Amino acid sequence: MSGLVRRVGLSLLGPVLAVLVALVISAAVIALIGENPVEAFRVMTDLGDSPSQQVQSIVVILNRAVPLFLSGLAVAVAFRMGLFNIGVEGQYRLATILAAAVGAAVVLPGPLHVLLIVVVAMVVGALWAGIVGVLKVTRGVSEVISSIMLNFIALGLASFLLTGPLRGSPPGASIVTTAEIPESGRVPSLNGLLTALGLATPRSGLYGFLVMALVVGVVVAVLLKRTRFGFDLRATGLSPSAATASGVDARGMVVKTMLISGAIAGLVGLPDLLGSQYDYGTEFTAGLGFLGIAVALLGRSSPLGIALAALLFAFLDRAALPLQFADIPSSVVTIIQGTIVLAVVIANEVAGRLALRSAERAGATAGPGPQTDGDDGVPPPTAPDGGQRVRTGAPGTPEDVQA
Amino acid sequence: MAPADSPADGSAAGDVPLAVELRGITKRFPGVVANKDIELRVRRGEVHAIVGENGAGKSTLMKTLYGEHRPDEGQILIDGRPVSFRSPSDAIAAGIGMVHQHFMLADNFTVLENVILGSEPTRRGRLDRATARRRIEEISERYDLGLQPDALVEDLGVGDRQRVEIAKVLYRDARILILDEPTAVLVPQEVDELFGNLAELKREGLTVIFISHKLDEVRRVADSITVIRRGTTVGTADPRTTTAKQLAELMVGAELPTPETRESTVRETPVLQMVGVTVTDGAQRSVVDDVTLTVREGEVVGIAGVEGNGQAELVDAIMGLRPLAAGSVRLGGEDVTAWSTRARRESGVGFIPEDRHRQGMLLDAPLWENRILGHQTRPPAVKGPFIDRRGARADTARIMREYDVRAPGPDTLAIALSGGNQQKLIVGREMSAQPRLLVAAHPTRGVDVGAQAVIWELLKDARAEGLGIVLISADLDELIGLSDTLHVMLRGRLVATLDPRRVTPEVLGGHMTGARTTAGAA
Amino acid sequence: MSTTAATRTGRPSRGPLTDLLTGGGRARRLLWLLVGLWVLFSLVRVLSGEQELTSSSTLSAALLLAVPIGLAALGGLWSERAGVVNIGLEGMMILGTWGAGWAGYQWGWVGAVVGGMVFGAAGGLLHAIATVTFGVDHVVSGVAINILAAGVVRFLSELLFTEGTGGGPTQSPSLASDPPSFSLPVLSSGPDLLSGLERQHWFLVSDLAGLLRGLTNGVGLLTLLAVLLVPVSYLLLWHTAFGLRLRSCGENPAAADSLGVPVYRLKYLAVVVSGALAGLGGVFLVFVAGIYREGQTGGRGFIGLAALIFGNWRPGGLAAGAGLFGFADALQLRSQTAVVALLLLIAVLLAVLAVHQAVRRRLLQAVIAGVFAVAALVGFLTIDRLPEGIVFFTPHLTTLLVLSLASQRLRMPKADGLVYRRGEH
Repeated sequence: MSGLVRRVGLSLLGPVLAVLVALVISAAVIALIGENPVEAFRVMTDLGDSPSQQVQSIVVILNRAVPLFLSGLAVAVAFRMGLFNIGVEGQYRLATILAAAVGAAVVLPGPLHVLLIVVVAMVVGALWAGIVGVLKVTRGVSEVISSIMLNFIALGLASFLLTGPLRGSPPGASIVTTAEIPESGRVPSLNGLLTALGLATPRSGLYGFLVMALVVGVVVAVLLKRTRFGFDLRATGLSPSAATASGVDARGMVVKTMLISGAIAGLVGLPDLLGSQYDYGTEFTAGLGFLGIAVALLGRSSPLGIALAALLFAFLDRAALPLQFADIPSSVVTIIQGTIVLAVVIANEVAGRLALRSAERAGATAGPGPQTDGDDGVPPPTAPDGGQRVRTGAPGTPEDVQA
Repeated sequence: MAPADSPADGSAAGDVPLAVELRGITKRFPGVVANKDIELRVRRGEVHAIVGENGAGKSTLMKTLYGEHRPDEGQILIDGRPVSFRSPSDAIAAGIGMVHQHFMLADNFTVLENVILGSEPTRRGRLDRATARRRIEEISERYDLGLQPDALVEDLGVGDRQRVEIAKVLYRDARILILDEPTAVLVPQEVDELFGNLAELKREGLTVIFISHKLDEVRRVADSITVIRRGTTVGTADPRTTTAKQLAELMVGAELPTPETRESTVRETPVLQMVGVTVTDGAQRSVVDDVTLTVREGEVVGIAGVEGNGQAELVDAIMGLRPLAAGSVRLGGEDVTAWSTRARRESGVGFIPEDRHRQGMLLDAPLWENRILGHQTRPPAVKGPFIDRRGARADTARIMREYDVRAPGPDTLAIALSGGNQQKLIVGREMSAQPRLLVAAHPTRGVDVGAQAVIWELLKDARAEGLGIVLISADLDELIGLSDTLHVMLRGRLVATLDPRRVTPEVLGGHMTGARTTAGAA
Repeated sequence: MSTTAATRTGRPSRGPLTDLLTGGGRARRLLWLLVGLWVLFSLVRVLSGEQELTSSSTLSAALLLAVPIGLAALGGLWSERAGVVNIGLEGMMILGTWGAGWAGYQWGWVGAVVGGMVFGAAGGLLHAIATVTFGVDHVVSGVAINILAAGVVRFLSELLFTEGTGGGPTQSPSLASDPPSFSLPVLSSGPDLLSGLERQHWFLVSDLAGLLRGLTNGVGLLTLLAVLLVPVSYLLLWHTAFGLRLRSCGENPAAADSLGVPVYRLKYLAVVVSGALAGLGGVFLVFVAGIYREGQTGGRGFIGLAALIFGNWRPGGLAAGAGLFGFADALQLRSQTAVVALLLLIAVLLAVLAVHQAVRRRLLQAVIAGVFAVAALVGFLTIDRLPEGIVFFTPHLTTLLVLSLASQRLRMPKADGLVYRRGEH
C-alpha cells in the first residue's frame, strides 16, 4: 500500500511543485512592479460579496473550464499514445464553423438538432486530425509540423468560409458571423439545477454542455484504463516496440488515435457555440487549442487531473477582471499561466526521474539488483506525461520513428 | 591458471612500467556494485584480454578506464604514473583510445569528419580538411585499414565502420587501445581481418586491451588474460598454458553442465513449418536466405550462430514482425504467412524476445499490466472489450508464485525488478497462455544463474507436455542442454544440422564460424 | 572495399524540383534551375498579363517579407543542427519584437537591434535550460515558451507602455529613429536605369531588371545583415571546427561526447543563438511597422520552421524557402489577381513533375502530380482572385505538400529532437 501512496504522491509532485513555483515567481513579479502580492492574490480569489455574485463567478469559471477540459482531453488522448496533437486549435475552429453553419441551416426537434451539430463537429475534427495521422503513417511526416501547418490552413479556410459561403451576418456589419442557430439547436443552461440546489441565480447561464463534457471525460477515462483498445493505446505510448511485439498494429493505432483525438477536439468550440454565442464569428473564442496543451500537461494526461487543471486555468482567466478593478495589470494572470506551463514540464521530468529511481530502489531490495552492464537497465526516454514518445527512440534503433 | 596477484609469466615487476595498471578499482551504482576491488596489469606492447560473462562488470570497468566515469575507490596507473580522468578528453590525452562495442559514429558525416571530430586541424580559423585527409590516408596505409576519407559512414559495412573507429583512436596518437567486444557484430571473415589489424598494431608497439566473452577468439589472439566474475578479478591466465575448459571454469566458477541423457519427448505432429523463408533488408540483401525448418510437438529446435547472422530476423519472420520476401510459414498446418502478429499470437504462439526491455515489457507499467501485454485479447486479461483488472492481478500473483518472481506484488513497476525476475515473469506469462509454439530468443541472457536454472526447468517441463520450442541462443551450453535438434545459422542460411547429444562445443563453434562445412550444407 | 567518394554530392536533394535537371554537379544544376525559373516566370507574366509578377516593387516587398521568415529559419537551423527542435521560435520572435519596441523607442534603432536580440536570446536560454539541463521534451518546451512569451510581452506592455508614452498594452511608442537604407547609385536610384528597363515589359530582360532593382533599391541595413548571415552561418557551421562539433551534437551526441566535445555547452550556445536570430527577425518586423504591435509575428516563427524543412536543413535551401514564401506573400499583398497567375506557374511545374515521375515509373506520384497540375490550370483559368483566407495559408500548404511528397529525401540531423543525457546512451 505504501508503494501506491508513494506513486500517487510522486505523480502529484510535478503539478503541485509547478503551481507553487509559478506562484512564487508571480509573487516576485508583482512585488517588483510595486504591488502587494498578498493583496493581489486576495483579489484574485475574491469571488464577490453577495451570494449571487459568488455563484456568478463560479458559473463563469465553470463555463470557461468546460472547453478547456475538452481540449485537454483531446491532447491527452494523443499524448498517451506518444503523439503530439498540436492541431487541436485548427480542428476545433474548423469543426465549429462547419457545425454552426449546419446547425443554422436545418430545423429539427431539439435533441436531434443538437445531436446533429455535435456529430458534425466530431466528424470534422476527426477528419482534420486524421490527415495528420495518415500523413505520418504513409509518408512519415512528423505530426508536430503537419498539425501546425494544418492549423494555419484550418484558420485560413475558416476565415474564407466565414467571409464567403457561410456568411450569415448582413454585408457591412462590423462583426462577421455565420447564421444564428435556432432555439432547437441550443443547449439549455443548467441554472434550473442551481436553483434546485438552493443557490442564488447567476446572471449567466451555466453551460448545459457541462454534462456532455463530463460524459466525454468518463468515456475517455474508461476507454484508456479499462478497455483493450485503451491498453493497446497506452502500451504503444509506453513502448512502441513492446506494443508491436505484443501484436498491436502500430500504424493503425496512430490513425485511430488521431481520429479520436480530433473528434474530441471538434467538441471544444461547442460549449460556447451552443451555450452563449449561437454563431461562429471573427470574435469566437480563440486559443483554446494551445491552452488545451497546457491543461493536458498540468493534468498529466489523466481525465481527473485535466479537470482540475482546467478549473485552475479557468479560475485564473476569470481573475483578470477583479485584478483590473484593483489596478493591477491583469496580464499577471497570463504570466502565471505561462510560468505554470513551463514549470510543469520541468517538474514532470524531474518527478519522473525521482519516481524511476525510487522504483528501482524498491525493486533492488526484493531481489538481485538491476543490470548495469551493457544495454540493460537503461531507462527509456520519457514523454511529458511519463510515457514514451513515438518520435524519440534510442539513437540508432531502426524503428524509432516508426508507427 | 594463476592466482589473482602474480604476473602470468613471472617477469620481475619493476623492469618496465606496466602500460596500464588498475589497483582495487570499485564502482557502485544505486542498488548494485558493478566493480569491486578490480586488479589489472597490462604490459606494454601486449594484447591483453579481459574475459567474463555478460553482466560480469567488464564494460563498467572500461568506462572507468576511459574516463567516462570516476571510480569510487582504487587507483589507475598509466605507464607507472597515477592518473585521474575527469572526462574522456583526459583519457585521450593520456594516450588511451576506446573502440566502443556500439560504434560511436555519425552516419551523416564522412569518414574524415568522424575521425577528426574533437581534434580538428585548422588553418586560420577554417577547417583544414586537406591536412586531415593526408593524415588519415597515412594511418590507413600504415595499419592497413583501407579507409576512404570522403565516404559517408552510413554507406559503410560493419567491418569498415569498426576500422573507422580504430582510425579515430590512432589519429589521436593512442598508445593504448581498448576494444569493447569487437567481434560481437563481425562475421568470421571480418574477425580475421580484425585480428590481422591487431597484429599490425602490436608490431608498431601499441598496447591492446580486448574485452570479450568468447573464449575461442580470446585464446587465438591474446598474450595474456584477466578473468572477471561478478564484478571482481578472479584470476589471470596465459592462453598458451591454459585450456578453454579451465578458462571457462574461471569465468563461470563451477563445472560446466553436461547434457543429460533423457527420453525424447518429440512427437510426430509439426507445430511450425518454415519453407524457403527469405527475408531481405532495406538494401535488398537477404538476411534470412531460403530457410526451411520444422518444429514438432515436444521438440526443442535450437538455432546456434554468431549474433548478426539472421537469427533476429528469423524470429521476426516467425512472429510476423517482418514481411517475407519469399517462402511460407505454417502453424500447425495453417498457412499463416499473411497473418498479423496478433493473429499468430492468438493462435498459440508465445514469444520470449531477445531484448526484453524493448520488446517484452512495459517498464513503466505495473506487473499486472505487463501480464496483459501480448495477451490482450484473451482471458484472464480481458472480458469482452474490457480489461479484467481483477483477473489479471490474480493471475499475476499466481505467476509470481509459480515462477518464483521476486517482487513486492503485482502492482510493482516492472523496471524495479532484476533482469532474472523480469524474465521469469515473461516466461510465466507466455506459458500461461498454453501456447503450442514458443519462440525463445536468448531466454537467459542477462539473467542470474539461479533464475537461469529455473527457466531451463520450465522449458523442459513444457516440452514434456508437448510444447514446440524454437530456441535461439548464444549460450552453447544452453543450446546443447536443451535442444533435441540443433541447426547452425550462418549468413542467413542454415548450414548444418547436428545432434546435440553427440556434438561438442568445439565442433559447434567450428560450424558457427564457417571453419567447418558438412557435405550437403544448405 | 568501400563506396566511392562521389556519394556525397548525390545525397540530399533540394526537393523534387532539382530532379528536373540532370548531371554536371550541383552548381551547374542550380544554375540551370535558376535560368529555368527566370524563363518560366517571364513566360507566365507575358501570358497572363500580370505585370506585378516580376515588378521591382513586388520583389522589394518579397525581400522584406522573406527576411523575418529567413531569420527565423536560420534560428531553427542553428538549433536543430545541434539536435534541439525549436518550436518556440515564434515565442522568441515575439519576445524580440517586444524587446525591439521597448528598446527602440528609448534608444533608437541600434537599441532596438540589441534589445530584440537580447530578448530573443533570453527565450532561447529558457528553452535550453528546459531541454538540455532538465531533459524536457523539445516540442513540449517549445510550446510552453510560446505560451509564456505571449503572456510576458502582454504583461510588460501593460506595465511599461503607460499612458503618456504613446503606447499601450498592445503596442509600443514609435521608434526613436529609423535604420538607414541603401540603393545602388546609378542603377537603382538617381537615373534609375533598371526602372526604365523594367517598364518596357520586354520578355526576359524586364523581368531581370525588375528582380535586380527590387533587390537593390532602398534595401535596409538589417536586410543586408540578414542576407549576409546566411553565408556566414554556412561558413561557420560547415567550415570550422566549431561548426563540425556543433553539428555532431545533432548527429550523434554520444559519439561527440566520447571524443571530448562539450555537448551540453554547444547545445546551450546553439539554442541561445537560435533565440537571438529569431529575435532579430522580430526586430525586422518592428522596423517595418515602426512600432511593436501585439500579434505582429503572425505565425512567422512557424513559417520559418517550414522554410527550414523545405530547405532540407541547409542555409541555401532555407534561404530559397524563405524567398519563396516571402514572394508569395508579397504578391498577394500587391495584387490579388497576380496570385492567380502563380497558379499557372504551379500548373506548369507540376506537369513537368508528373512527366518526370512517370518516366521514372512512379505512377502513383505521377498521377497525383498530374491531377494537381490540372486542378491548378483550371484554377488559373476560372478564378479571378483568390480569397484572402486561402492565400493566407499558401506557405503552410506548400510546406505540407513538400513534406508529404519529399519526406524520404529530406534529411534532418539524425539526433534532432533526441533528449540527450550523458551516460544514458
